[in-house]
Amino acid sequence: MTIPTSTLDATAVTPLPEAVGRSPGQLMWLRFKRDRAGIGAAVIVLFFFLVAILAPVISMVYGKDPYTLYGQENPGLLNDFGYPVGANGGVSSQFWFGIEPGLGRDVFTQLVYGIRTSLLIAVVATVLTSLLGVVLGIVAGYAGGRVDSLIGRVIDIVLSFPAVLFTIAFMPVVENLFVRPDEQTPVWLRAVTLVIVLSAFGWAGLARLLRGQVLTLREREFVEAARVTGASPARVVFRELLPNLWTPILIQSTLLLPALVTAEAALSFLGVGMIEPIPDWGRMFLRGTEVYQNDITYLVFPGVALLVFVIAFNLLGDSVRDAFDPKIKR
Amino acid sequence: MLRFAVRRTIATAITLVTISAVTFFLFFALPSDPALLACGKVCPPELLALVRRNLGLDQPVMAQFVAWLAGIFAGRDYPGLGYCPAPCLGYSFVNRAPVFETIMDRLPVTLSLTIGAAVIFLTFGVATGILAALRQGRPLDKVASVASLVGASVQIYFVGTLALYFLVYQGKLLPSPSYVPLTENPLGWATGLLLPWVVLAIIFTANYTRMTRSTMVENLSEDYVRTARAKGMPARTVILRFALRGTLIPIVTIFGVDLGTLIGGAIITETTFGLQGIGRLSVRAVTYSDLPTLMATVLVAAGAIVVMNAVVDALYAVIDPRVRLT
Repeated sequence: MTIPTSTLDATAVTPLPEAVGRSPGQLMWLRFKRDRAGIGAAVIVLFFFLVAILAPVISMVYGKDPYTLYGQENPGLLNDFGYPVGANGGVSSQFWFGIEPGLGRDVFTQLVYGIRTSLLIAVVATVLTSLLGVVLGIVAGYAGGRVDSLIGRVIDIVLSFPAVLFTIAFMPVVENLFVRPDEQTPVWLRAVTLVIVLSAFGWAGLARLLRGQVLTLREREFVEAARVTGASPARVVFRELLPNLWTPILIQSTLLLPALVTAEAALSFLGVGMIEPIPDWGRMFLRGTEVYQNDITYLVFPGVALLVFVIAFNLLGDSVRDAFDPKIKR
Repeated sequence: MLRFAVRRTIATAITLVTISAVTFFLFFALPSDPALLACGKVCPPELLALVRRNLGLDQPVMAQFVAWLAGIFAGRDYPGLGYCPAPCLGYSFVNRAPVFETIMDRLPVTLSLTIGAAVIFLTFGVATGILAALRQGRPLDKVASVASLVGASVQIYFVGTLALYFLVYQGKLLPSPSYVPLTENPLGWATGLLLPWVVLAIIFTANYTRMTRSTMVENLSEDYVRTARAKGMPARTVILRFALRGTLIPIVTIFGVDLGTLIGGAIITETTFGLQGIGRLSVRAVTYSDLPTLMATVLVAAGAIVVMNAVVDALYAVIDPRVRLT
């Protein structure tokens, strides 16, 4: 016996810690709390959401709005070519992030309000995409047979669609259906179209994943037991299957949101996203790439903001996955 | 194998026809004059008359679609414009040229962009992934994981433009991105595309590093790897011949998807660097409401994706003999 008697005594004396019942949610939260990178990411993500919600307050305290053409109203801010006179894109104590070249709007408030636009569109699209993906994925997996192969084919086709190209091509089509050529496109219509298009191409991946999960769950004993005892399909789906699918759904949605934020920005960059005068990050990129040779600062602020946001969200997604499923190693 | 080929060809054809049909019918769902749309925004009256005659707009939409489809295989005669030999993707009234010619003109740009970048990000991504897996938890692994996180989150129009500003405009280290045909001047071809390649590679490498690292870590603890080690095989053989082989399946999968998407139109990359490839062509087709060209670019893009998917599935069987093609 090489074990010192003292430690033996210690283990014998200390009573076993009382077993505490913890729900999967609590376990997940405990694991998540220990992940420092995850907490940091969550704080940053929360910060972005707060900025989006509090945009009017921030703008009031700061004393400017994203619509006023400060540079054009106050001579001396922009030079004859429309570029900010001050160094670094006109960054000053008055205009924290500088002035937009040309129109002369305030960059800081545009960024703050821009998060609003991006997050609103992305959140709605994420919810819609997840809903579509979950419903179609579960139906395909649970129903099987013809329904399954039909949905499977649709998924294949959607995934083969050149999504970006298609979106650019059909933004004018959709608008032509609702807006006469001589009218201005209303902002809400553009936002709704963006959400629909982003969701229409986004659901297929999630649906395919969930279909596979349902296929394996369907054959498990507890589902069979529920069926044998006469549970309705609705009960089987909602009470037996869905609770087991929350983990992949939540993980996928956390990863989907930043993807949709960047997709929306990319569309605006290509000129089919949000329209003026609604502040939008993607459109800031578009303008930024037009003027980068003379005013690189205007591109840097939205670029860094988007980069920080996406990194934080991707980190958060990874942490959520680790917390839910400690078996999966990154 | 034959069964697989036949099945996949049929499935691919169905997918492509469906996508083309959706594109075609959506365009005709417009409550405006399709002839005016096909003719483009600046349309002289005599050209409009020609378009009307050639599009067969008096026919039902379905018949028009069938005529377009038939043109791909059999060629098509355009009264007043001449014969368009197979594969005829239609006639662009905006470019005043058969669409197929324009596509063939632009395809080398996109292919050069894609293949050059793919070579860089595939070798670099897989190499860093292997190294990171072998040095788990050491500094190199940590640097690689941070770099891939940033790389995966960065946007091409942001880094691309920053690179243009600092390396081309300010630093004058690289020439402005441009396309010179490889056959004309190989050096000019490479230097003109170097910047877009590197920027694309920065963004895509991340995915491959992550994927290679995680699968490699898994594979290194597999029994067959341990057996190979126990038998006294050199480390290089164990890693490259045994562990890496198992890593190839997920890599080939994402590589197929990436390659397909990029060939189908690196729209944002081409826009950022001002390269006139398929991606720019499609955006231009949209701007000028050039339906024939748009149809062709959608077809090329979707075709690249589905063909790459089929190739990937076939490659599974080559990499992993346990996979049977059905």
